[in-house]
Amino acid sequence: MGVLRGAFGRRRSQPVLPQDPVVAELVDALAPDRVRMDSAERALFAHDASVFTGGVSGPVCFVTSAAEVQAVMRIAIRHDRAIVPRGAGTGLAGGAIPLGAPIVVSTIKMNRVLEVDTVDRVAWVEPGVVNLDLTRYLRPLGYHFAPDPSSQQACTIGGNVANNSGGPHCLAYGVTSNHVVAIDVVLPSGELVTLGGVDAEPDGYDLRGAFVGGEGTLGIATRIGVRITPNPPVVRTMLVSFDSAEVAASMVGDVIAAGIVPAAMEMMDREITRAVENFVHAGYPLDAGAVLLVEVDGQDEGTRLDMERITEIAHADGARSCRLAADEEERALLWKGRKGAFGAVAQIAPAYYLHDTVVPRAALADVLRAVYEIGARHDLPVVNVFHAGDGNLHPLLLFDPREPGIMERVHEAGKDIVEVSLAAGGTLSGEHGIGVEKRDYMSMMFSDVDLEHQNRLRRAFDPACRANPGKVLPASHSCADIQALRQVPTGVWA
Amino acid sequence: MSGPPAAPAALAALAAEVGAEGPVAAEGRRTRWDVGGALADGTRLVRAPSGILEHKPEEMTVRVLAGTPVDELHAELGARGQRTGLPRRGGTVGGALAVGESDVAVLGRGRVRDTLLQVRYVAADGAVVQGGGPTVKNVTGFDLPRLIVGSLGTLGILGEVILRTNPIPASSRWVTSASVDPFAVLDLVRGASCVLWDGTRTLVELEGHGADVDANLRALERVGEWGEASGPPPLPPHRWSMPPAGLRTLDREALGDWVASIGVGTVWASRPQPPAEVPAPLAALAQRVKDGFDPTGRLAPGRSVWRRAA
Repeated sequence: MGVLRGAFGRRRSQPVLPQDPVVAELVDALAPDRVRMDSAERALFAHDASVFTGGVSGPVCFVTSAAEVQAVMRIAIRHDRAIVPRGAGTGLAGGAIPLGAPIVVSTIKMNRVLEVDTVDRVAWVEPGVVNLDLTRYLRPLGYHFAPDPSSQQACTIGGNVANNSGGPHCLAYGVTSNHVVAIDVVLPSGELVTLGGVDAEPDGYDLRGAFVGGEGTLGIATRIGVRITPNPPVVRTMLVSFDSAEVAASMVGDVIAAGIVPAAMEMMDREITRAVENFVHAGYPLDAGAVLLVEVDGQDEGTRLDMERITEIAHADGARSCRLAADEEERALLWKGRKGAFGAVAQIAPAYYLHDTVVPRAALADVLRAVYEIGARHDLPVVNVFHAGDGNLHPLLLFDPREPGIMERVHEAGKDIVEVSLAAGGTLSGEHGIGVEKRDYMSMMFSDVDLEHQNRLRRAFDPACRANPGKVLPASHSCADIQALRQVPTGVWA
Repeated sequence: MSGPPAAPAALAALAAEVGAEGPVAAEGRRTRWDVGGALADGTRLVRAPSGILEHKPEEMTVRVLAGTPVDELHAELGARGQRTGLPRRGGTVGGALAVGESDVAVLGRGRVRDTLLQVRYVAADGAVVQGGGPTVKNVTGFDLPRLIVGSLGTLGILGEVILRTNPIPASSRWVTSASVDPFAVLDLVRGASCVLWDGTRTLVELEGHGADVDANLRALERVGEWGEASGPPPLPPHRWSMPPAGLRTLDREALGDWVASIGVGTVWASRPQPPAEVPAPLAALAQRVKDGFDPTGRLAPGRSVWRRAA
């Protein structure tokens, strides 16, 4: 795969040997049982949830405090090693894949909710807190953490910060950056800084905003202040079925144009709807071309009026049926289907490659049609389950990994999907990030000058390219490129 | 299908005017001209072009040139039922983004820092740079738009932006009370776009569907007496940034007269907020950002992002 091509600094690809002096120092700084270097552990940490291979992990450190992260960072500096932070490893763009045997810093043992302040409406958490665990913790207090990626049962808040994660409900509530007020960060220099603040409009550059979505290339978050959102008093969820995905897509823009911003608007096409129904028996229509799961939340009367209007729009756009969940049980079942969709795909194919692009809502129908054509052209079945409300496509390319040469075809089709999305006025990624997956596609969306400015932000945080090198920016601009490494000013490597 | 729109010719003209040498800063309407301190003597002033390029209500986006007055933008969007998170206090789109202060009713309108989706700015070397993307959701690369918001023109000169728009709620109502604990309001109602307190009076803007606004008012009336108000009160000139929980113990000695935004933490006061001490590693990081984007220090010299309140 092209994205993993390219040389990495020689000094950073040295193998991890028992006599590697970095290991003894890490053990001293942490504890023997929290520095792992056996081959099984390192093999595990060489991957994330993406299809990408080629990662090589150095020693894996399980840190428990900011001071330990600082200690590990300083060891990395002394030995001129790269360092890669890692949460639950659920990322889909290869952002947590270690390139060149770096020290891997796992934050999963930093999993405490430190403080909840309902006046500031902020929860302070450690980076390894699991997204859904935080929401469960907040539920008795009447609050939740709004970003809800499909992996929320496993993914961590630190990972959400790194990827600026989304989820179905960011249509109304916004992505992770909207919900992070402050972050304690161990910089690649080993210094600990607090970016942002609980106050209304913190002074200085919005380095908090710059850090979110940095995919671990700007430092390691050790404490995160997140906004907590009051639970809505009323939630109404409706399942709308259509003859085709293209018709369903046209309803999405019509709802927004009518002045309604639903809490979520999720689409599933025919194949995925069938698979889900076999899996969860939620009563999804097996003969529909596509279904939209539409949710509004807020107050009693307003949500009732919004749902009435949405129903009118659905019928005007040719919906076959609208089914409003009668109670919380039915609502939960409808969501169980949506959230279990990726698991249900296992019934139709042994493996899938999940894509992530965004297109304008007005282009959704055309781009969906093009995505099916791309699948047909590459002889790959495509199913779609995605955040239609904000135009965030998630085509799943289905394949059998045992088939020789299949990955080349899968990646070719993926590139075609990216091209079609960008041509429609969209973007490379809506919520999965760039990682290694789309690093070499960045030039399709940005000029060299644009990328150079992103690189300046990166270098301001990490002049020596120590944190998660080889990610986000394409080789000619990034810390992945050996030429760039050689251009690091004298003294940085001392 | 249409691809992404190219930078308009007006941006090339702005870039040529900015050039690559000599101290330079953008001038809008001078609504917040003193924020961050005075420009160094001899700083050349340029004006960003003005005009609304494309409003797409179904995408919840508008593409607009930075010199466009915010009032003009909101009038145009309002005619199609939408608005943005930019503050309603005169000035230009570019000025509002460069300063980064949110609207008084930020709870209903959203923060300025979450409003900017895509930016085209003129860099210190005169090049036009694009950051972010044209859609409401996007995580492609590093977040230059959020870095630019509130940077006071010290990293680049704003030329053209794509902003997130939002629908205008069907109903809006301002009410006031002298008998209600302002800190109780946000727990009593959903749909308060603004809760202001001056130490004696509480003012609330309720927004949403008409029936929801009425229901919220009834909920408020269960804890005290309310009368109609015409809008927010006159706001004192200096803006303090505080944690929302810090508003319970405001010091009149330090602030003078004040109006506080409950649940947000902004306080408008007759005296300026003393600058806070900036930890050295944070100041150094910010300086590296500045040096990276503006190696010769020619953009808005004299302005400091650490002295917003000054």
